[in-house]
Amino acid sequence: MPTLQEIALKTSGADARIVSGHRMCSGCGIGSIIKTVLAASDKPVIVISATGCLEVVTTIYPFTAWNTPWMHVTFENAASVAAGVEAAYKALKRRGKIEGDVNILAVAGDGGTYDIGFQALSGALERRHKFMYLAYDNEGYMNTGNQRSGATPFGASTTTVPAGKISLGKPQWRKNLVEIVAAHRIPYVAQAAVNNTIDLYKKAQKGFNADGPAVLVVLQPCTSNWSFDSSLTIQYSKLAIETNFWPLYEIENGVVHVNTKPSNRKPIEDFLKGQSRFRHLFKPGNEHVIVEMQKMIDDEWARLLKLEESGIQL
Amino acid sequence: MSERKTWQEVELGIELPAATSLAYKTGGWRVLRPIFDPSACTHCMICVGYCPDMAIPVATSEAGVAGKGGRVFKGVVRVATNLDYCKGCGICAHECPSKAITMIREEEAEQASCKL
Repeated sequence: MPTLQEIALKTSGADARIVSGHRMCSGCGIGSIIKTVLAASDKPVIVISATGCLEVVTTIYPFTAWNTPWMHVTFENAASVAAGVEAAYKALKRRGKIEGDVNILAVAGDGGTYDIGFQALSGALERRHKFMYLAYDNEGYMNTGNQRSGATPFGASTTTVPAGKISLGKPQWRKNLVEIVAAHRIPYVAQAAVNNTIDLYKKAQKGFNADGPAVLVVLQPCTSNWSFDSSLTIQYSKLAIETNFWPLYEIENGVVHVNTKPSNRKPIEDFLKGQSRFRHLFKPGNEHVIVEMQKMIDDEWARLLKLEESGIQL
Repeated sequence: MSERKTWQEVELGIELPAATSLAYKTGGWRVLRPIFDPSACTHCMICVGYCPDMAIPVATSEAGVAGKGGRVFKGVVRVATNLDYCKGCGICAHECPSKAITMIREEEAEQASCKL
């Protein structure tokens, strides 16, 4: 069982794999996510980063916040490049030109995972390269000012699906990336959130140690485009879990395990309140959207529990 | 830039020194400053884990440091926030279970330090 003390030692100081001085928005949880995940590796880590918030803020010329080998690739191919790095590493090792073991981590946001990088991800999983794919999910293209992505939830207003007199925000529910990924029959896939550091760390450890590809999807409330005070990032992440909006679960060798079961499920309004992208839902006449959202969340949660209970191997 | 090389001399890939962002001090962004009260701290490390800017340094102390209720905490302990990098987001103050961190406006903190 890892402790916060152990994680704190690994994430601060000069040997940390990512250091201060990056230019993430004040209060952005990506820093917390990436330092925790990188600390979970007991071997050196090679990071492949797709275009996205994390890439932009950590490598503004001539500075870099990375203290580990790092490569930036285009939006769509983080997973293919990670696959290539893994294949090259294996080949060099076979020829005796390189020694030791490494972990390979591909990082992308939800735009680079759910939408643009999806084909590359699916291909790399199918070829069973040994790497971990980390998607930090802020539910939209937040780096460019809040455009809708495949991860944007139902009812959210974005610049490309703005809420107005007729539109009520995004009319579709987001896709379930974890289950899509699990359909590739990979050894490990999990959903985590920035507020639960220990859970995130344990999942990252399992992912790095998996015998084959692993995928980790982490919720990251965006202070800039969900528009809440910068001190509330962790609070919104907590609310997402307590309302079952973002269940914490993992699928290990096809078996579903739900990590956190809130004893008192909070109503979804608690999570929606204070976020500018859901502000229109609280206007008179729009109550039915929240009711529909609540029903969807409850149905999804019941389905997840049934899946766990059945013990069916996905 | 150094002198020009022919393509045969160029190394494959680009090699840049690591962790150079430490030279870029993001503390100048700050509007609110976290004031850490060591006498209320239990060294639970919640703030350290959450800090997105890795601006809360830790140390290993065998002798231990005095914390909440005069108790001595040994092992991994947090020390004062590194104001060179802290952007003042306030997550640490909001999440601290012992309320050992308070946020005050930067100019108030400046004035207080001028008076001293």
